[in-house]
Amino acid sequence: MKRYVSLFAATLLASPALADRLPIPAGAPPAFKAECGSCHLAFPPALLSADDWRRVMAGLDKHYGDNASLDDKTRRQLEDFLMHNAGSSWKLGSGGGDPPRLTLTSRFQRKHREITPATWKDKRVGSAANCVACHPRAEAGSFSEHEITMPGGRRHERD
Amino acid sequence: MKHLFPMLLIAACGAAQAETPRQVGDNYAAAQGGGFRATASRGADFFARKFNVSEKFPACVTCHTDNPAQPGRHAITGKDIKPLAPVANAERLTDPAKVEKWFKRNCKEVAGRECSAGEKADFIAFLSEAR
Repeated sequence: MKRYVSLFAATLLASPALADRLPIPAGAPPAFKAECGSCHLAFPPALLSADDWRRVMAGLDKHYGDNASLDDKTRRQLEDFLMHNAGSSWKLGSGGGDPPRLTLTSRFQRKHREITPATWKDKRVGSAANCVACHPRAEAGSFSEHEITMPGGRRHERD
Repeated sequence: MKHLFPMLLIAACGAAQAETPRQVGDNYAAAQGGGFRATASRGADFFARKFNVSEKFPACVTCHTDNPAQPGRHAITGKDIKPLAPVANAERLTDPAKVEKWFKRNCKEVAGRECSAGEKADFIAFLSEAR
């Protein structure tokens, strides 16, 4: 029985379908969407490790070329939420840089290894942080491969 | 029945937060003092001005396009920005706290300084008249 349980657990972990569903965790404070989802998608907290989120939240005045400072209370509330729902560093890898970027984690890079430089540079994409350019249901936390639509109408094909 | 009072309280709070763009603008004009009268054309000038303080955000129009009734696009992330003008986006300029938050952030970022209450009143007058 124990074996089946661990086998089942292993299947769950390995299943790409699960990794493609990244809804905003229940209990997200309203400030999460308002403060983290205005200039960019409210990124699923699971896409960065707790350590990396701490570093992001420590430097909001220099937030990737923008000043995203928050009052202390909101900053602490959002940091708690992000840390609590962060991804595991061994699965994601580090976001490098200062502040870290979820687009630099090895998991993100591996998932996007088939994307050509021309696609990244496409005006309709503009930035690797612009998830919805190719993942139309990213706002709902869905990053399924079946839904991917590349700029110019080409759908992503698995090779 | 016992829920009536809390419900009334919630309704009252909600009513206190939601204002019309006119009210939000009038409050800024009053804060400027001296019988300040908001002028849409000054707001339009501010909107179009090239401040060139920030490399990525030299002007309001960089992200918001030169027509506030049109959707814009964030210059760094590429995210869509809903239109600023209430005529195209009824939610705009109805939540004073939100209005002040974005003036605070974007004035500092784009103009490199805080905006005066009068500048904010002018800006709101401009957005309210945009068609």
